[in-house]
Amino acid sequence: MTTVAVLAGGRSPERDVSLRSGHRVASALQSRGRDTVLIDPAEGPFVENVSTARVSACYVALHGKDGEDGTVQRLLELLGIAYTGTGPRSCQLAFDKILAKETMDAHGVPTPPWTAIQATALRDLAAGPALGAAVERIGLPLVVKPSRAGSAMGLSFVDHERDLPHAVMNALSFADAAVIERRVDGPEVAVGMIGGTSEPLPLVEVVPKSGVFDYAARYTPGATEYFAPARLSPDVAAASQAAAAEAFEVLGLRDVGRADVMIDGDGRPWVIDVNVSPGMTDTSLLPMAAQAAGIGFEDLCDRVLRLALARQPNPDPVPPKGL
Amino acid sequence: MAEFNVDPFADLYARRAVGMSASEVRALFSVASRPDVVSLAGGMPFVQALPTEHVIEIVESVLTERADVALQYGAGQGSPLLRERLAMLMAEETTPADPEDLVVTTGAQQALDLIGKVLIDPGDLIAVEAPAYVGALSAFSAYEPRFLQIDLDEDGMVVEQLEEALLRGERPKFVYTVPNFHNPAGVTMSTSRREALVTLCREAHIPIVEDNPYGLLRFEGEAEPTLRSLDPHNVIYLGTVSKVFAPGVRVGWAVAEPGVLGRLVLAKEAADLCGSQLNMLITERYFAGERWRRNLQHLVDIYRSRRDAMLFALSERFPADARWTTPAGGFYVWVTLPEYFDTQALLAAAVERKVAYVPGTAFYPDGRGRQQMRLSFCYPPEDRIGEGVRRLGELLSDEEELYRSLSG
Repeated sequence: MTTVAVLAGGRSPERDVSLRSGHRVASALQSRGRDTVLIDPAEGPFVENVSTARVSACYVALHGKDGEDGTVQRLLELLGIAYTGTGPRSCQLAFDKILAKETMDAHGVPTPPWTAIQATALRDLAAGPALGAAVERIGLPLVVKPSRAGSAMGLSFVDHERDLPHAVMNALSFADAAVIERRVDGPEVAVGMIGGTSEPLPLVEVVPKSGVFDYAARYTPGATEYFAPARLSPDVAAASQAAAAEAFEVLGLRDVGRADVMIDGDGRPWVIDVNVSPGMTDTSLLPMAAQAAGIGFEDLCDRVLRLALARQPNPDPVPPKGL
Repeated sequence: MAEFNVDPFADLYARRAVGMSASEVRALFSVASRPDVVSLAGGMPFVQALPTEHVIEIVESVLTERADVALQYGAGQGSPLLRERLAMLMAEETTPADPEDLVVTTGAQQALDLIGKVLIDPGDLIAVEAPAYVGALSAFSAYEPRFLQIDLDEDGMVVEQLEEALLRGERPKFVYTVPNFHNPAGVTMSTSRREALVTLCREAHIPIVEDNPYGLLRFEGEAEPTLRSLDPHNVIYLGTVSKVFAPGVRVGWAVAEPGVLGRLVLAKEAADLCGSQLNMLITERYFAGERWRRNLQHLVDIYRSRRDAMLFALSERFPADARWTTPAGGFYVWVTLPEYFDTQALLAAAVERKVAYVPGTAFYPDGRGRQQMRLSFCYPPEDRIGEGVRRLGELLSDEEELYRSLSG
């Protein structure tokens, strides 16, 4: 029987979220009769643990750095082990918001106007005064976020220019660059992808009771209302799905993904983030989108796993004849 | 259109549970608990210093000789012999206590909850220190009080501020204080402040809740009189063996006048019937004889040396304009940074550099504390403390560069 390792935990600030995702995925795969082992790359020697478990594939339920930025994916390529989700280069591209937004801009995927500043520029090049230019170019209100982080960690809204330096310092606590983006006011929806972009999933609309979809709103059950399908006109919904699909394509996502999209006052969708390893917790958006499409959680996990197994040249190794 | 009901009980929660939510800081602590991170965050007593064989002997003797009692329910108030021992611990700090006036609780933390249950109606005003012990704020918050925050300085609670508040017409239900080696501030209330506080509260007919978990962990100097010893009738006293023996046995206590005590006992029985008889017997035997005194002295020596290591590292590694308290006992140093630092925002970067602390915001109910951090010296050995403070110092100096650039 083939063993599947669910990779969860890790050292990123999203360790907790990842462990919750991982435990749910593992028990879903077990219910499907899969021999499953949970491996936390932060506990013990990772490569040794993966080879001792003799796994035939890894389900990547890691979030944040190492798990979502291509590190684990590149290592698994080296080890020759099949894994779920996007390949290393596209992970790097999607996880780094600067590279992702540059790529989306280059291909005409709508993403809000933005700029970025690196900590080294501030420290070594005395770049502080350049922030004024950012406000001039992009206009208020702004959203400031770390270039590489998830779960809305380190994110702040800026309504007044005087609050920008603090927001930038806050973001730079999580990453070595801060993305400064125009804030789009309007409904927020999540667009999920399973398998590919040809069959779009229903949109999930996110309505945080506090008005801000921050860490607490994401992971406290009841703090946010979710509607699936979203309460949008068919045109707007279709445009959002199309924008997300383009984002998945140009960034090169595979198997599974989630795009976060804001709808402005004119009904225009703006892609604000693309996740290669979407949350799989009990308050996560991709499982809700799947459920709205009639795909239960076990089904979702199993489908994603099959995609990885199918990439493997010989998923069920049989001893050569004569031995 | 379908609404996803992630939590079918979302509309049913009591008001006091609404504020209980997931938090980014909590998520970061989950990474900070990894062994490669120097944690200056938690207040875990260094239980490794206990003589293991001695504790094993006690546990064995309890189960061999007293299994019928140890494994059974017991009196809600706690056994008379244990109450005598705990009263004896109070006598170490020359605090008179009648074992009859004492109820054993599941750590002093349960006593805080019971006090909230017995004394706080929603909307009542409670006077607390600013900063205040976060566990007390959480315990009391469940009973929906408002907090009157009284500043601390090097001599403990600024009693004059409380007096001004009373003159303004504020009427707190009670005053909560940690007078010795404050958590998180590390400061100790001076004798004159203690006298002023008990007099003020007696005259105003406002009881004092004195929380004294660290009193026996004094590194130097003369012990200050406990508030309870200054005014037994108006002070509810809370003690615990967590810091002088082991938090794992969950034995704490409250001493109060008979009226309050009776209600605390009833509230305790309603909460959990009685404490763990097994743990109470172990504690009772641990404090029999004289050996615990040697163990305690050993602990005090360890903590003193760790405090010294932390203070030295801070003076070497922290920015010149940072200030910190110099605790004469207990577990904590309280650091105040220049105003452009935000310790809550900085925690992620600290954890990335493999060091953790508690941001000051945890200790204020009103969002203050962004310039403060609590550093614990109780658990890591001296070299790890030095290393942790070095990592933090580097982070602060990098952060200062960022700020200088951003402020142009």
